[in-house]
Amino acid sequence: MATDTRQRVEPRQPEARQDRKWSRDEVENRVFGVLRWVVIAGFLLVTLFPFYYMGLLSVRALDEVIQDPGALWVSPAEVELDTYSEVLTSEESGGQGFLDFMRNSGLVAFGTVALTLLVALPGAYAVSRLEFFGRRQISVLFLAVYLFPSILLAVPLFVFFTRIGLRGSLVGLLIVYVSQIVAVSIYMLRNYFDTIPESLEESAALDGCSRLGVMWRISLPLAMPAIVANGLFVFMIAWNEFLFALLFLVEERERWTVSLGLSQLAGSIEIPTTVLMAGSVILTVPIIVIFFASERLLTEGLTAGAEKG
Amino acid sequence: MTQTTDATPRESNPKASRSLRASDARAGLTLISPTLVIVVFMVVLPILWTVVLAFQPLSLLTLASTGLLSTDFTLDNFETVVTEPGFVDSLVTTLLYSVFGTASAIGVGLVAALVVRHSFPGRTFVRAAMLLPYVAPVVAATFVWRTMLDPQFGFVNHWGTRLLGWDEPIAFFTQQSSEISLLGLSISVPTALLSVIAFEAWRSFPFAFLFLMARLQAVPATLEEAARVDGATPTQRFRHILLPQLLPTIAVLSILRFIWTFNSFDDIYLLTGGGAGTEVVSVRVFEFLTARGDIGLASAQALVLAAILAVLVGVYLRRFAPQEEKT
Repeated sequence: MATDTRQRVEPRQPEARQDRKWSRDEVENRVFGVLRWVVIAGFLLVTLFPFYYMGLLSVRALDEVIQDPGALWVSPAEVELDTYSEVLTSEESGGQGFLDFMRNSGLVAFGTVALTLLVALPGAYAVSRLEFFGRRQISVLFLAVYLFPSILLAVPLFVFFTRIGLRGSLVGLLIVYVSQIVAVSIYMLRNYFDTIPESLEESAALDGCSRLGVMWRISLPLAMPAIVANGLFVFMIAWNEFLFALLFLVEERERWTVSLGLSQLAGSIEIPTTVLMAGSVILTVPIIVIFFASERLLTEGLTAGAEKG
Repeated sequence: MTQTTDATPRESNPKASRSLRASDARAGLTLISPTLVIVVFMVVLPILWTVVLAFQPLSLLTLASTGLLSTDFTLDNFETVVTEPGFVDSLVTTLLYSVFGTASAIGVGLVAALVVRHSFPGRTFVRAAMLLPYVAPVVAATFVWRTMLDPQFGFVNHWGTRLLGWDEPIAFFTQQSSEISLLGLSISVPTALLSVIAFEAWRSFPFAFLFLMARLQAVPATLEEAARVDGATPTQRFRHILLPQLLPTIAVLSILRFIWTFNSFDDIYLLTGGGAGTEVVSVRVFEFLTARGDIGLASAQALVLAAILAVLVGVYLRRFAPQEEKT
């Protein structure tokens, strides 16, 4: 052990240093010091550029894009906002009807958030706090559900909803979303409930609060940050979802979500790319706004418990 | 705080404790039951039902006339799935896509986590920016990528032909393979497959980044300080101090990302529609279900996908799980 330490200390000894002008340590420190900034700049470019490009193309005129595809800048005088009005106005008035798509997406996303929280909050509380038969098994079941291919689930749900006539309705889609998200939601909320000291609830119980009263008056207010984060997380998943929207709604244009609408229209040749880019911006902006507003809450909610395991 | 509900009442009054625990159990089941109902009816039963469907000759056209619980069982669907042209190809494609997609996403995520590890001005913004690809809607992201890489008016091909000396624009998502001459050698590259893997790396690295960063933050600073005092260089500190600490997280990430990439449908369907040698199994299932309207065939194909995944994950866990426990 002692010889081992001496060997490792050697490069730091003064005479060894004078022999070589550049020790490996110095070289690495300098290289990584520079490389770090280069890599950070590279990451910023790669992650942000596609979004910049999206915004840029949405305000450029189509013929200019075709003439000069490499332009990275648009002068304020050339900014065209017609694309946005075209993409938003309804199909009857000659637009693409994204306003309707937004309403559909909004309905489904808000509905999914409300219903998921309504179901997951009591569930997460129970899994975190109450000892009941099958508690462990339930956690495993939920986890297993999350790992199944969603395409495997898509087949029977497609058949079932076709059969009962709910395919093509937003309600059917909403139910599917809740069933897909509720397991993750419970997992995230449970992690937070676990961090709330039980003693708080116990003292309330001693003061004569019922189990439900404790939940409502103590646990829920304390868990508010996690509930908000979870709600935003669910909203983002429901707003972004594509596969089930495609399977369930593709035949009914008036019920398309923004994601589905964009993907369907992207295939057609008649609609200019710049207009569709405006549609992409409309699809992406709500997510980016929510994300930047709640980044801290969200990332902490997601990785909570990751350090434990 | 002298009284904790769990221990004290049990000693003083066993009866009350039993009833308290019984009421806890009742309350627990009541509170979890809505979730259970939804998960059982919308997830567990449908999965079991897929197994039944896979053994039935059922198509969308005959769906209305046949009952949902017919007793007409057959193995034809599985036979068709395996003998249908393209089955092995799509399986290989799925594997390549999952392995390389997972590896590159975790590799890039690791680099990202290492460069933003120590604080610098603007770190919060950089961190948030790096998470954007993961949270952005997949439809918008794929659309922008397709436009950027478009051979006619795409930004990348415009500058690629001018600055990088490409002979002609590259059709990244529609060309199955292309010849690249490197040092006089001509190599055939699966263009579209590489493009979707690159997209997968771009879109999923934030997930790995997030978890690796959380893990890095939990590494005690004293460990590295001690190594620094002992004269360990940055690469040595990474290799011998950080990497061992990160390995369990990387192992978990690998398996999660592999499962999700193996199952993923959206990215490839939206980027290439499964064309140009990128047809993964889930896109195939989708085609069987919608284009052909063959429910039995789609179910059988989906089951085969799930079974292969289960075997792969099982083998992985058996080989690596004991080592993880030691670390």
